[in-house]
Amino acid sequence: MTASPLAPSVVPGPSAAPNPLFELLLRLGDDRLVLGHRLSEWCGHAPILEEDIALANVALDLLGQATMFLRLAGEVEGQGRNEDALAYFREAVDFRNCQLVELPKGDFAFTIARQFLFDVYAVILLDALSSSKHGELAAIAAKALKEAKYHVRHSGEWVLKLGDGTEESHRRVQRALDDLWRFTGELFAADAIDRAMQEAGVGPDLPALRAQWETLVRDVVDRATLTLPLQAPVLTMRGGRSGAHTEALGHLLAEMQIVARSHPGATW
Amino acid sequence: MTQTRTAPADDPAKVAAFEARIAAGESIEPNDWMPERYRRQLVRMMSQHAHSEIVGMLPEGNWITRAPSLRRKISLLAKVQDEAGHGLYIYCGTETLGVDRSELIQQLLDGTAKYSSIFNYPTLSWADIGVIGWFVDGAAIVNQTILAKASYGPYARAMIRVCKEENFHKRQGYEIVATLANGTPAQKAMVQDAVNRWWWPSLMMFGPSDTDSPNTAELIRWKVKRKTNDELRQRFVNLTVPQAVAVSLTLPDPELKYDAETDNWQFGAIDWTEFNQVIRGNGPCNRERLDARRKAHDDGAWVREAASAYAEKQRAKQAPEAA
Repeated sequence: MTASPLAPSVVPGPSAAPNPLFELLLRLGDDRLVLGHRLSEWCGHAPILEEDIALANVALDLLGQATMFLRLAGEVEGQGRNEDALAYFREAVDFRNCQLVELPKGDFAFTIARQFLFDVYAVILLDALSSSKHGELAAIAAKALKEAKYHVRHSGEWVLKLGDGTEESHRRVQRALDDLWRFTGELFAADAIDRAMQEAGVGPDLPALRAQWETLVRDVVDRATLTLPLQAPVLTMRGGRSGAHTEALGHLLAEMQIVARSHPGATW
Repeated sequence: MTQTRTAPADDPAKVAAFEARIAAGESIEPNDWMPERYRRQLVRMMSQHAHSEIVGMLPEGNWITRAPSLRRKISLLAKVQDEAGHGLYIYCGTETLGVDRSELIQQLLDGTAKYSSIFNYPTLSWADIGVIGWFVDGAAIVNQTILAKASYGPYARAMIRVCKEENFHKRQGYEIVATLANGTPAQKAMVQDAVNRWWWPSLMMFGPSDTDSPNTAELIRWKVKRKTNDELRQRFVNLTVPQAVAVSLTLPDPELKYDAETDNWQFGAIDWTEFNQVIRGNGPCNRERLDARRKAHDDGAWVREAASAYAEKQRAKQAPEAA
């Protein structure tokens, strides 16, 4: 952890000898758990009934993927923790999701812009992971990839509708993109864990994926008559992968974990 | 086409032919002639049903973000999503009767449309999610199994599909209840408390007693309804009491007793004052539920406008090519 100049973290990183595969699986699982949770907050409150259904669908896929990644993480760790122990009984500092996914859901434009940026990332990342040397990881990634391709169609179409809809929708989704851009650097910033996984043939060369991601994002953003920030932001937000999060995650987890934590040892 | 228009006098010969078709067990389809009263009764029932699905998303949605395991979180989210699907499906059914979804939603938001009174009660613990699945979906199944034999084809067919999913929800709910009832003392107390709070409101779901139900006679004659409110309520009680016994939970009715002669579980008097208060908007959560729907609708206005504007631009772009 000390080797990473990217994570100005106030909390200690993983303990002495982190298991890189466990860490990688947590990152994959936590991204999807936290984003699935955020999307589920729309259920019953979406702008149209069709979107209550569509956003719940995406949330369900993400929570299903999270379950598989976290279950495998627990098996890899070998300490007897299953997916629920990892989801419900870890502190915020032990979560490994990127900061992008934990930000409050905002308005519909913010939710869609965030989802689109993540969905494109997910398609590229899962495509790379589906040829991982780790068979189980590759199998989960291949299954999740099929879902992610639907997700990006949904969010991409909404970026077009909002960007090229009304003045207000254009303004809202442009502002969301501007606000979110500084959280995208973290998606492609490799640390020692990513490098170890890449060397082992388990994980991808993360920084190398960025160009493809940006090309795909830019294509839709251009067609939506929107613009991407020209320059890298002054301060790139990162730290989630090592447990340094935004203020939002603690609140999310407090809500998510309250019932499980109030009844330790209970089954549901 | 609004519900407030005065009904034109229907041709008696046509009404007689229509009633003969109903009596012969025929299904009425959208393009068939039907008395204006029949059409209105159906719009009323179907729109109340659709609204109930939509408002019903709120009390259960309240626990999606706190579900205590990933499996429960996923199944609750899927259940609430199903309710949105049922709402959409039934709103589409009302469109076959010439009423637009946006018109019905407006009636819900301005408070003139009714929806099931049960959703005006609060969900206070995780156990409520199990008990709602068991009682509320259980009661809905009792209602809808009969509605699946209703004379209006599109509604009957919608009910067949909806019932399949509701059966799944009920099993899921009862499984949550059984798990809690066999769990820690705190879990058991939690589920008993939920049963105590939801039992009477669930019995009220079947509507006023037959002696006080203004619409029943006509609805039965036209086979829009096939059983009376009290018959359905009794059936629900008979089904549910043994299920409570099986998981060692008590129902909050000291007068509940089995009557061997009628083979019914007799139950105590329902508090119709409470029912009427909730129907009139004075239940524990009426205001919150409608406010939540209005907020979603108002906050989403710019999204719907954007989608229309985009669609319009696409049409304009394609128009010259088509010409």
